[in-house]
Amino acid sequence: MEENNTQNSSLVTIRNLSFAREQRVIFDNVSLDIQHGKITAIMGPSGSGKTTLLKLIGGQLSPSQGSIVVDGQHIKQLNRSELYALRKKMGMLFQSGALLTDLNVFDNVAYPIREHTALPEALIRTLVLMKLHAVGLRGARHLYPNELSGGMARRVALARAIALDPMMVMYDEPFTGQDPISMGVLVKLIKTLNDSVGLTSIIVSHDVEETAAIADYIYIMSSGKIIGQGTPQELQQSKSEWVQQFMNGKPDGPVKFHYSSDNYFDDL
Amino acid sequence: MITFLSAIGHSAIATLTKTGRGALFLKQTLTCTPSVLCQPRLISKQLFSVGVLTILIITISGLFVGMVLGLQGYYILSDFGAEETLGVMIAASLVRELGPVVSALLFAGRAGSSLTAEIGLMKATEQLSGMEMMAVDPIQRIVCPRFLAGCFSMPLLAAIFSMVGILGGQLVGVSLLGVDEGAFWSQMQSSIDFYDDILNGVIKSVVFGFVVTWIALFEGYDAIPTSEGVSRATTRTVVYSSFAILGMDFILTALMFGDI
Repeated sequence: MEENNTQNSSLVTIRNLSFAREQRVIFDNVSLDIQHGKITAIMGPSGSGKTTLLKLIGGQLSPSQGSIVVDGQHIKQLNRSELYALRKKMGMLFQSGALLTDLNVFDNVAYPIREHTALPEALIRTLVLMKLHAVGLRGARHLYPNELSGGMARRVALARAIALDPMMVMYDEPFTGQDPISMGVLVKLIKTLNDSVGLTSIIVSHDVEETAAIADYIYIMSSGKIIGQGTPQELQQSKSEWVQQFMNGKPDGPVKFHYSSDNYFDDL
Repeated sequence: MITFLSAIGHSAIATLTKTGRGALFLKQTLTCTPSVLCQPRLISKQLFSVGVLTILIITISGLFVGMVLGLQGYYILSDFGAEETLGVMIAASLVRELGPVVSALLFAGRAGSSLTAEIGLMKATEQLSGMEMMAVDPIQRIVCPRFLAGCFSMPLLAAIFSMVGILGGQLVGVSLLGVDEGAFWSQMQSSIDFYDDILNGVIKSVVFGFVVTWIALFEGYDAIPTSEGVSRATTRTVVYSSFAILGMDFILTALMFGDI
Protein backbone atom coordinates (compact mmCIF):
# COMPACT_ATOMS: atom_id res chain seq x y z
CA MET A 1 0.00 0.00 0.00
CA GLU A 2 2.78 2.36 0.98
CA GLU A 3 4.68 1.56 -2.21
CA ASN A 4 1.55 2.32 -4.20
CA ASN A 5 1.30 5.74 -2.62
CA THR A 6 4.92 6.43 -3.41
CA GLN A 7 4.33 5.45 -7.04
CA ASN A 8 1.36 7.77 -7.34
CA SER A 9 3.06 10.84 -5.93
CA SER A 10 6.22 10.35 -8.01
CA LEU A 11 6.76 12.66 -10.92
CA VAL A 12 9.83 10.73 -12.05
CA THR A 13 10.18 7.00 -11.49
CA ILE A 14 13.41 5.27 -12.40
CA ARG A 15 13.57 1.49 -12.22
CA ASN A 16 16.59 -0.80 -12.69
CA LEU A 17 18.43 1.79 -14.73
CA SER A 18 21.73 0.72 -16.28
CA PHE A 19 23.85 2.91 -18.50
CA ALA A 20 27.38 2.50 -19.82
CA ARG A 21 29.65 4.69 -21.93
CA GLU A 22 31.81 2.39 -24.06
CA GLN A 23 33.33 0.08 -21.42
CA ARG A 24 32.67 2.32 -18.40
CA VAL A 25 29.57 1.50 -16.36
CA ILE A 26 27.93 4.75 -15.15
CA PHE A 27 24.75 3.30 -13.62
CA ASP A 28 24.26 -0.23 -12.47
CA ASN A 29 20.67 -1.19 -11.68
CA VAL A 30 19.63 2.12 -10.12
CA SER A 31 16.05 2.74 -8.92
CA LEU A 32 14.81 6.01 -7.49
CA ASP A 33 11.71 8.22 -7.24
CA ILE A 34 11.34 11.98 -7.50
CA GLN A 35 8.32 13.14 -5.56
CA HIS A 36 5.82 15.76 -6.79
CA GLY A 37 6.36 19.23 -5.39
CA LYS A 38 9.50 18.29 -3.43
CA ILE A 39 13.16 19.16 -3.76
CA THR A 40 15.07 15.96 -4.38
CA ALA A 41 18.85 16.07 -4.37
CA ILE A 42 21.12 13.63 -6.15
CA MET A 43 24.52 13.89 -4.53
CA GLY A 44 27.78 12.14 -4.99
CA PRO A 45 31.45 12.65 -5.73
CA SER A 46 32.55 14.13 -9.07
CA GLY A 47 32.32 11.64 -11.90
CA SER A 48 29.57 9.59 -10.27
CA GLY A 49 27.22 10.22 -13.23
CA LYS A 50 24.92 12.81 -11.68
CA THR A 51 24.75 15.01 -14.78
CA THR A 52 24.29 11.91 -16.94
CA LEU A 53 21.23 11.08 -14.84
CA LEU A 54 19.67 14.45 -15.69
CA LYS A 55 20.39 13.87 -19.38
CA LEU A 56 18.72 10.47 -19.13
CA ILE A 57 15.64 11.99 -17.48
CA GLY A 58 15.54 14.69 -20.18
CA GLY A 59 15.80 12.06 -22.92
CA GLN A 60 19.10 13.40 -24.28
CA LEU A 61 20.64 9.99 -23.59
CA SER A 62 18.99 6.61 -23.74
CA PRO A 63 19.50 3.96 -21.03
CA SER A 64 20.95 0.54 -21.92
CA GLN A 65 18.47 -1.10 -19.55
CA GLY A 66 15.65 -0.16 -17.23
CA SER A 67 12.88 2.38 -17.43
CA ILE A 68 12.49 6.10 -16.78
CA VAL A 69 8.93 7.35 -16.41
CA VAL A 70 8.33 11.10 -16.29
CA ASP A 71 4.80 12.34 -15.66
CA GLY A 72 3.45 8.92 -16.61
CA GLN A 73 5.37 8.71 -19.91
CA HIS A 74 8.10 6.19 -20.64
CA ILE A 75 10.96 8.31 -21.99
CA LYS A 76 12.40 5.49 -24.08
CA GLN A 77 9.12 4.86 -25.90
CA LEU A 78 8.44 8.48 -26.87
CA ASN A 79 8.91 9.62 -30.44
CA ARG A 80 10.65 12.89 -31.20
CA SER A 81 7.60 15.16 -31.09
CA GLU A 82 6.26 13.53 -27.91
CA LEU A 83 9.67 13.94 -26.27
CA TYR A 84 9.80 17.62 -27.29
CA ALA A 85 6.26 18.11 -25.93
CA LEU A 86 7.38 16.62 -22.60
CA ARG A 87 10.52 18.77 -22.54
CA LYS A 88 8.38 21.91 -22.74
CA LYS A 89 7.19 20.92 -19.26
CA MET A 90 10.75 20.49 -17.96
CA GLY A 91 13.25 23.23 -17.24
CA MET A 92 16.94 22.59 -16.95
CA LEU A 93 19.59 24.79 -15.44
CA PHE A 94 22.95 23.87 -16.91
CA GLN A 95 26.17 24.19 -14.95
CA SER A 96 27.52 26.72 -17.45
CA GLY A 97 24.17 28.50 -17.84
CA ALA A 98 24.14 27.59 -21.56
CA LEU A 99 22.83 31.04 -22.49
CA LEU A 100 22.74 31.86 -26.19
CA THR A 101 25.69 34.22 -26.58
CA ASP A 102 24.28 36.19 -29.52
CA LEU A 103 21.17 37.22 -27.57
CA ASN A 104 20.93 39.60 -24.62
CA VAL A 105 19.47 38.64 -21.24
CA PHE A 106 15.92 39.68 -22.20
CA ASP A 107 15.95 37.77 -25.49
CA ASN A 108 17.46 34.70 -23.83
CA VAL A 109 14.58 34.50 -21.37
CA ALA A 110 12.07 35.32 -24.12
CA TYR A 111 13.54 32.66 -26.44
CA PRO A 112 11.51 29.62 -25.27
CA ILE A 113 8.33 31.73 -25.03
CA ARG A 114 8.76 33.03 -28.58
CA GLU A 115 9.59 29.54 -29.88
CA HIS A 116 6.64 27.75 -28.34
CA THR A 117 3.87 30.28 -28.07
CA ALA A 118 2.24 32.84 -30.34
CA LEU A 119 1.83 35.45 -27.60
CA PRO A 120 1.91 39.14 -28.54
CA GLU A 121 5.23 40.89 -27.94
CA ALA A 122 3.75 43.14 -25.21
CA LEU A 123 2.70 40.10 -23.18
CA ILE A 124 6.07 38.40 -23.73
CA ARG A 125 7.74 41.55 -22.39
CA THR A 126 5.60 41.43 -19.24
CA LEU A 127 6.28 37.71 -18.72
CA VAL A 128 10.04 38.07 -19.25
CA LEU A 129 10.28 41.03 -16.89
CA MET A 130 8.35 39.05 -14.24
CA LYS A 131 10.76 36.12 -14.56
CA LEU A 132 13.78 38.42 -14.47
CA HIS A 133 12.36 40.23 -11.45
CA ALA A 134 11.98 36.89 -9.67
CA VAL A 135 15.72 36.27 -10.04
CA GLY A 136 16.59 39.90 -9.27
CA LEU A 137 17.96 40.78 -12.70
CA ARG A 138 15.23 42.94 -14.23
CA GLY A 139 17.77 45.75 -14.44
CA ALA A 140 20.26 43.60 -16.34
CA ARG A 141 17.94 42.85 -19.27
CA HIS A 142 20.09 44.66 -21.85
CA LEU A 143 23.35 42.95 -20.94
CA TYR A 144 24.88 40.19 -23.07
CA PRO A 145 26.03 36.86 -21.56
CA ASN A 146 29.72 37.86 -21.83
CA GLU A 147 28.98 40.86 -19.59
CA LEU A 148 27.51 38.72 -16.79
CA SER A 149 29.27 37.18 -13.80
CA GLY A 150 28.97 33.41 -13.30
CA GLY A 151 26.29 33.85 -10.63
CA MET A 152 24.27 36.28 -12.74
CA ALA A 153 24.47 33.99 -15.79
CA ARG A 154 23.10 31.15 -13.72
CA ARG A 155 20.24 33.31 -12.46
CA VAL A 156 19.37 34.35 -16.02
CA ALA A 157 19.47 30.67 -17.00
CA LEU A 158 17.13 29.97 -14.09
CA ALA A 159 14.72 32.66 -15.31
CA ARG A 160 14.85 31.03 -18.75
CA ALA A 161 14.31 27.56 -17.28
CA ILE A 162 11.07 28.72 -15.62
CA ALA A 163 9.95 30.86 -18.58
CA LEU A 164 7.34 28.37 -19.73
CA ASP A 165 6.19 27.60 -16.16
CA PRO A 166 7.40 24.00 -16.20
CA MET A 167 6.23 21.28 -13.84
CA MET A 168 9.81 20.33 -12.99
CA VAL A 169 13.21 22.01 -12.97
CA MET A 170 16.50 20.11 -13.03
CA TYR A 171 19.49 21.92 -11.58
CA ASP A 172 22.93 20.73 -12.67
CA GLU A 173 25.49 21.73 -10.02
CA PRO A 174 23.81 25.08 -9.31
CA PHE A 175 26.21 26.05 -6.52
CA THR A 176 29.56 25.16 -8.05
CA GLY A 177 32.00 28.06 -8.32
CA GLN A 178 29.70 30.59 -6.67
CA ASP A 179 30.77 33.18 -4.13
CA PRO A 180 28.96 32.96 -0.75
CA ILE A 181 26.49 35.75 -1.61
CA SER A 182 25.52 34.28 -5.03
CA MET A 183 25.30 30.87 -3.44
CA GLY A 184 22.94 32.15 -0.74
CA VAL A 185 20.82 33.89 -3.39
CA LEU A 186 20.59 30.72 -5.47
CA VAL A 187 19.73 28.52 -2.49
CA LYS A 188 16.94 30.90 -1.49
CA LEU A 189 15.68 31.20 -5.09
CA ILE A 190 15.46 27.45 -5.62
CA LYS A 191 13.60 26.96 -2.36
CA THR A 192 11.23 29.90 -2.96
CA LEU A 193 10.45 28.86 -6.54
CA ASN A 194 9.79 25.31 -5.50
CA ASP A 195 7.45 26.26 -2.69
CA SER A 196 5.62 29.22 -4.22
CA VAL A 197 5.06 27.92 -7.74
CA GLY A 198 4.64 24.27 -6.77
CA LEU A 199 7.54 23.06 -8.89
CA THR A 200 9.23 19.71 -8.54
CA SER A 201 12.98 20.23 -8.26
CA ILE A 202 15.87 17.88 -8.86
CA ILE A 203 19.22 19.20 -7.70
CA VAL A 204 22.39 17.47 -8.75
CA SER A 205 25.19 18.69 -6.54
CA HIS A 206 28.17 17.86 -4.41
CA ASP A 207 27.79 20.88 -2.15
CA VAL A 208 26.53 19.04 0.92
CA GLU A 209 25.69 21.91 3.25
CA GLU A 210 23.73 24.09 0.80
CA THR A 211 21.88 21.18 -0.75
CA ALA A 212 21.00 19.54 2.55
CA ALA A 213 19.61 22.87 3.79
CA ILE A 214 16.82 22.93 1.20
CA ALA A 215 16.39 19.32 0.02
CA ASP A 216 13.40 17.26 1.14
CA TYR A 217 15.00 13.98 0.14
CA ILE A 218 18.55 13.05 -0.83
CA TYR A 219 20.03 10.20 -2.83
CA ILE A 220 23.78 9.66 -2.54
CA MET A 221 25.43 7.97 -5.49
CA SER A 222 28.85 6.46 -5.94
CA SER A 223 30.32 4.06 -8.49
CA GLY A 224 27.01 3.76 -10.38
CA LYS A 225 24.93 2.76 -7.35
CA ILE A 226 22.81 4.49 -4.73
CA ILE A 227 24.74 4.13 -1.50
CA GLY A 228 22.38 6.05 0.73
CA GLN A 229 19.02 7.80 0.71
CA GLY A 230 16.73 9.61 3.11
CA THR A 231 15.87 13.03 4.44
CA PRO A 232 18.87 15.23 5.33
CA GLN A 233 18.35 14.45 9.05
CA GLU A 234 18.23 10.69 8.43
CA LEU A 235 21.43 10.85 6.40
CA GLN A 236 23.26 12.89 9.05
CA GLN A 237 22.45 10.14 11.55
CA SER A 238 23.17 7.30 9.14
CA LYS A 239 25.57 4.63 10.37
CA SER A 240 26.79 3.85 6.84
CA GLU A 241 30.49 4.63 6.44
CA TRP A 242 29.88 5.74 2.83
CA VAL A 243 27.21 8.21 3.82
CA GLN A 244 29.22 9.53 6.76
CA GLN A 245 32.29 10.03 4.59
CA PHE A 246 30.32 11.98 2.02
CA MET A 247 28.15 14.05 4.36
CA ASN A 248 31.11 15.04 6.53
CA GLY A 249 33.68 15.40 3.76
CA LYS A 250 36.22 12.94 5.14
CA PRO A 251 39.20 12.59 2.78
CA ASP A 252 39.52 8.83 3.20
CA GLY A 253 37.03 6.08 3.79
CA PRO A 254 35.16 3.68 1.56
CA VAL A 255 35.78 6.20 -1.26
CA LYS A 256 39.57 6.10 -1.41
CA PHE A 257 41.73 9.19 -1.60
CA HIS A 258 44.13 7.36 -3.93
CA TYR A 259 43.15 6.28 -7.39
CA SER A 260 43.49 2.51 -7.75
CA SER A 261 47.20 1.72 -8.20
CA ASP A 262 50.01 -0.77 -7.43
CA ASN A 263 51.76 -0.89 -4.06
CA TYR A 264 53.44 2.47 -3.39
CA PHE A 265 56.84 1.03 -2.34
CA ASP A 266 56.92 -1.40 -5.25
CA ASP A 267 56.18 1.48 -7.57
CA LEU A 268 59.04 3.68 -6.30
CA MET B 1 51.54 -7.45 -37.00
CA ILE B 2 48.23 -8.18 -35.28
CA THR B 3 48.40 -4.78 -33.55
CA PHE B 4 49.03 -3.10 -36.91
CA LEU B 5 46.07 -4.87 -38.53
CA SER B 6 43.88 -4.08 -35.56
CA ALA B 7 44.87 -0.39 -35.77
CA ILE B 8 43.91 -0.33 -39.46
CA GLY B 9 40.60 -2.02 -38.62
CA HIS B 10 39.85 0.45 -35.84
CA SER B 11 40.60 3.45 -38.00
CA ALA B 12 38.47 2.03 -40.85
CA ILE B 13 35.56 1.48 -38.46
CA ALA B 14 35.98 5.00 -37.05
CA THR B 15 36.01 6.51 -40.56
CA LEU B 16 32.94 4.57 -41.66
CA THR B 17 31.08 5.43 -38.45
CA LYS B 18 31.86 9.11 -38.93
CA THR B 19 30.75 8.97 -42.57
CA GLY B 20 27.49 7.39 -41.41
CA ARG B 21 27.00 10.09 -38.80
CA GLY B 22 27.68 12.71 -41.47
CA ALA B 23 25.07 11.17 -43.79
CA LEU B 24 22.47 11.05 -41.00
CA PHE B 25 23.29 14.66 -40.13
CA LEU B 26 22.72 15.68 -43.77
CA LYS B 27 19.44 13.79 -43.85
CA GLN B 28 18.23 15.55 -40.69
CA THR B 29 19.30 18.91 -42.13
CA LEU B 30 17.54 18.33 -45.45
CA THR B 31 14.39 17.18 -43.63
CA CYS B 32 14.24 20.55 -41.84
CA THR B 33 14.75 22.53 -45.07
CA PRO B 34 11.07 23.09 -46.03
CA SER B 35 10.13 24.50 -42.62
CA VAL B 36 13.22 26.74 -42.50
CA LEU B 37 12.50 28.04 -46.03
CA CYS B 38 9.20 29.32 -44.64
CA GLN B 39 11.13 31.48 -42.14
CA PRO B 40 13.30 33.69 -44.37
CA ARG B 41 14.35 35.82 -41.37
CA LEU B 42 16.44 32.93 -40.04
CA ILE B 43 18.21 32.55 -43.39
CA SER B 44 18.76 36.25 -44.10
CA LYS B 45 20.80 36.70 -40.91
CA GLN B 46 23.06 33.83 -41.94
CA LEU B 47 23.27 35.02 -45.55
CA PHE B 48 24.87 38.14 -44.17
CA SER B 49 27.49 36.40 -42.01
CA VAL B 50 28.22 33.55 -44.44
CA GLY B 51 27.83 35.34 -47.77
CA VAL B 52 28.06 39.12 -47.49
CA LEU B 53 31.06 39.09 -45.16
CA THR B 54 32.92 36.83 -47.64
CA ILE B 55 32.44 39.24 -50.57
CA LEU B 56 35.52 41.34 -49.76
CA ILE B 57 38.04 38.48 -49.85
CA ILE B 58 36.34 37.07 -52.97
CA THR B 59 36.46 40.42 -54.77
CA ILE B 60 40.09 41.17 -53.98
CA SER B 61 41.23 37.64 -54.83
CA GLY B 62 39.18 37.64 -58.05
CA LEU B 63 40.73 40.92 -59.12
CA PHE B 64 44.29 39.67 -58.63
CA VAL B 65 43.65 36.27 -60.22
CA GLY B 66 42.16 38.04 -63.25
CA MET B 67 45.12 40.43 -63.46
CA VAL B 68 47.63 37.57 -63.33
CA LEU B 69 45.66 35.68 -65.99
CA GLY B 70 45.79 38.81 -68.15
CA LEU B 71 49.57 39.05 -67.78
CA GLN B 72 50.40 35.37 -68.29
CA GLY B 73 47.86 34.99 -71.09
CA TYR B 74 49.20 38.00 -72.93
CA TYR B 75 52.84 36.78 -72.78
CA ILE B 76 51.95 33.34 -74.12
CA LEU B 77 49.33 34.39 -76.68
CA SER B 78 51.45 37.22 -78.07
CA ASP B 79 54.13 34.63 -79.01
CA PHE B 80 51.59 33.24 -81.49
CA GLY B 81 50.18 36.64 -82.42
CA ALA B 82 46.87 35.66 -80.90
CA GLU B 83 46.58 38.29 -78.16
CA GLU B 84 43.03 39.19 -79.35
CA THR B 85 41.87 35.87 -77.91
CA LEU B 86 42.99 36.98 -74.43
CA GLY B 87 39.39 37.77 -73.43
CA VAL B 88 38.24 34.26 -74.32
CA MET B 89 41.08 32.68 -72.41
CA ILE B 90 40.47 34.73 -69.28
CA ALA B 91 36.69 34.30 -69.33
CA ALA B 92 36.81 30.57 -70.07
CA SER B 93 39.38 29.87 -67.32
CA LEU B 94 37.43 31.91 -64.79
CA VAL B 95 33.91 30.81 -65.59
CA ARG B 96 34.73 27.12 -66.06
CA GLU B 97 37.39 26.51 -63.41
CA LEU B 98 38.96 29.27 -61.39
CA GLY B 99 35.73 31.03 -60.45
CA PRO B 100 34.02 28.04 -58.82
CA VAL B 101 37.20 26.36 -57.51
CA VAL B 102 39.15 29.30 -56.06
CA SER B 103 36.06 30.97 -54.62
CA ALA B 104 35.05 27.63 -53.02
CA LEU B 105 38.55 27.29 -51.49
CA LEU B 106 38.33 30.85 -50.15
CA PHE B 107 34.77 30.20 -48.95
CA ALA B 108 35.98 27.11 -47.04
CA GLY B 109 38.75 29.13 -45.40
CA ARG B 110 36.66 32.18 -44.54
CA ALA B 111 33.07 31.01 -43.98
CA GLY B 112 33.55 27.22 -43.49
CA SER B 113 36.06 27.58 -40.67
CA SER B 114 33.91 30.19 -38.93
CA LEU B 115 30.81 27.96 -39.17
CA THR B 116 32.71 25.02 -37.64
CA ALA B 117 34.13 27.13 -34.83
CA GLU B 118 30.74 28.71 -34.09
CA ILE B 119 28.82 25.42 -33.94
CA GLY B 120 31.67 23.66 -32.09
CA LEU B 121 31.78 26.38 -29.44
CA MET B 122 28.00 26.33 -29.10
CA LYS B 123 28.34 22.60 -28.42
CA ALA B 124 31.22 23.10 -25.96
CA THR B 125 29.28 25.75 -24.01
CA GLU B 126 26.19 23.49 -23.88
CA GLN B 127 24.10 25.93 -25.96
CA LEU B 128 23.00 23.12 -28.28
CA SER B 129 22.07 20.89 -25.31
CA GLY B 130 20.26 23.83 -23.76
CA MET B 131 18.19 24.30 -26.91
CA GLU B 132 17.33 20.60 -26.99
CA MET B 133 16.15 20.80 -23.40
CA MET B 134 14.01 23.83 -24.32
CA ALA B 135 12.38 21.55 -26.94
CA VAL B 136 14.01 23.53 -29.76
CA ASP B 137 15.70 21.41 -32.43
CA PRO B 138 19.22 22.80 -32.93
CA ILE B 139 19.41 21.23 -36.41
CA GLN B 140 16.37 23.22 -37.45
CA ARG B 141 17.23 26.46 -35.67
CA ILE B 142 21.01 26.60 -35.96
CA VAL B 143 22.27 24.17 -38.61
CA CYS B 144 19.68 24.31 -41.39
CA PRO B 145 19.60 28.13 -41.86
CA ARG B 146 23.41 28.15 -42.10
CA PHE B 147 23.34 25.26 -44.54
CA LEU B 148 20.87 27.02 -46.84
CA ALA B 149 22.79 30.29 -46.57
CA GLY B 150 25.98 28.47 -47.64
CA CYS B 151 24.25 26.80 -50.60
CA PHE B 152 22.72 30.11 -51.77
CA SER B 153 25.85 32.20 -51.24
CA MET B 154 28.41 30.05 -53.01
CA PRO B 155 27.14 30.39 -56.63
CA LEU B 156 26.73 34.14 -56.16
CA LEU B 157 30.23 34.48 -54.73
CA ALA B 158 31.65 32.44 -57.62
CA ALA B 159 29.82 34.73 -60.06
CA ILE B 160 31.27 37.82 -58.36
CA PHE B 161 34.74 36.23 -58.46
CA SER B 162 34.50 35.53 -62.21
CA MET B 163 33.08 38.96 -62.99
CA VAL B 164 35.74 40.85 -61.04
CA GLY B 165 38.41 38.51 -62.49
CA ILE B 166 37.36 39.38 -66.05
CA LEU B 167 37.49 43.07 -65.19
CA GLY B 168 40.98 42.54 -63.70
CA GLY B 169 42.09 40.77 -66.89
CA GLN B 170 40.67 43.58 -68.99
CA LEU B 171 42.48 46.14 -66.84
CA VAL B 172 45.85 44.47 -67.45
CA GLY B 173 45.30 43.16 -71.00
CA VAL B 174 43.48 46.12 -72.56
CA SER B 175 44.35 49.16 -70.47
CA LEU B 176 47.94 48.23 -69.62
CA LEU B 177 49.24 45.97 -72.40
CA GLY B 178 47.23 47.41 -75.29
CA VAL B 179 45.10 44.50 -76.51
CA ASP B 180 42.28 45.77 -78.73
CA GLU B 181 39.22 46.34 -76.54
CA GLY B 182 36.69 45.47 -79.26
CA ALA B 183 38.43 42.17 -80.00
CA PHE B 184 38.76 41.40 -76.28
CA TRP B 185 35.00 41.66 -75.60
CA SER B 186 33.58 40.48 -78.94
CA GLN B 187 35.70 37.30 -79.06
CA MET B 188 34.66 36.59 -75.47
CA GLN B 189 30.99 37.06 -76.33
CA SER B 190 31.11 34.85 -79.38
CA SER B 191 33.12 32.03 -77.80
CA ILE B 192 31.68 31.67 -74.31
CA ASP B 193 28.57 29.51 -74.40
CA PHE B 194 25.84 29.97 -71.82
CA TYR B 195 25.13 26.26 -71.30
CA ASP B 196 28.60 24.75 -71.84
CA ASP B 197 30.56 27.33 -69.89
CA ILE B 198 28.45 29.48 -67.61
CA LEU B 199 25.83 26.94 -66.56
CA ASN B 200 28.44 24.23 -65.94
CA GLY B 201 30.41 26.69 -63.80
CA VAL B 202 27.27 27.52 -61.81
CA ILE B 203 26.55 23.80 -61.30
CA LYS B 204 30.08 23.34 -59.98
CA SER B 205 29.75 26.21 -57.53
CA VAL B 206 26.39 24.91 -56.27
CA VAL B 207 27.96 21.46 -55.65
CA PHE B 208 30.98 22.99 -53.91
CA GLY B 209 28.77 25.21 -51.75
CA PHE B 210 26.69 22.20 -50.73
CA VAL B 211 29.73 20.05 -49.88
CA VAL B 212 31.76 22.73 -48.08
CA THR B 213 28.83 23.88 -45.94
CA TRP B 214 27.92 20.29 -45.10
CA ILE B 215 31.50 19.46 -44.06
CA ALA B 216 31.83 22.68 -42.03
CA LEU B 217 28.56 22.25 -40.15
CA PHE B 218 29.05 18.54 -39.52
CA GLU B 219 32.60 19.00 -38.24
CA GLY B 220 31.33 21.65 -35.81
CA TYR B 221 28.39 19.54 -34.69
CA ASP B 222 30.55 16.44 -34.30
CA ALA B 223 33.48 18.24 -32.63
CA ILE B 224 34.82 17.07 -29.29
CA PRO B 225 33.44 19.79 -26.99
CA THR B 226 36.79 21.16 -25.77
CA SER B 227 38.96 24.00 -27.05
CA GLU B 228 41.37 21.50 -28.62
CA GLY B 229 38.49 19.55 -30.16
CA VAL B 230 37.03 22.69 -31.77
CA SER B 231 40.47 23.74 -33.03
CA ARG B 232 41.00 20.33 -34.66
CA ALA B 233 37.52 20.35 -36.16
CA THR B 234 38.18 23.77 -37.72
CA THR B 235 41.41 22.51 -39.26
CA ARG B 236 39.66 19.39 -40.57
CA THR B 237 36.97 21.55 -42.20
CA VAL B 238 39.53 23.45 -44.26
CA VAL B 239 41.56 20.33 -45.16
CA TYR B 240 38.60 18.08 -46.04
CA SER B 241 36.80 20.87 -47.89
CA SER B 242 39.88 21.61 -50.01
CA PHE B 243 40.31 17.93 -50.91
CA ALA B 244 36.61 17.60 -51.66
CA ILE B 245 36.58 20.71 -53.87
CA LEU B 246 39.63 19.67 -55.91
CA GLY B 247 38.58 16.02 -56.20
CA MET B 248 35.02 16.84 -57.18
CA ASP B 249 36.21 19.47 -59.62
CA PHE B 250 38.08 16.78 -61.53
CA ILE B 251 35.06 14.48 -61.57
CA LEU B 252 32.66 17.25 -62.60
CA THR B 253 35.02 18.55 -65.29
CA ALA B 254 35.41 15.03 -66.69
CA LEU B 255 31.63 14.60 -66.76
CA MET B 256 30.90 18.03 -68.23
CA PHE B 257 33.67 18.64 -70.70
CA GLY B 258 35.56 15.39 -71.18
CA ASP B 259 34.81 12.18 -73.01
CA ILE B 260 35.66 9.95 -70.04
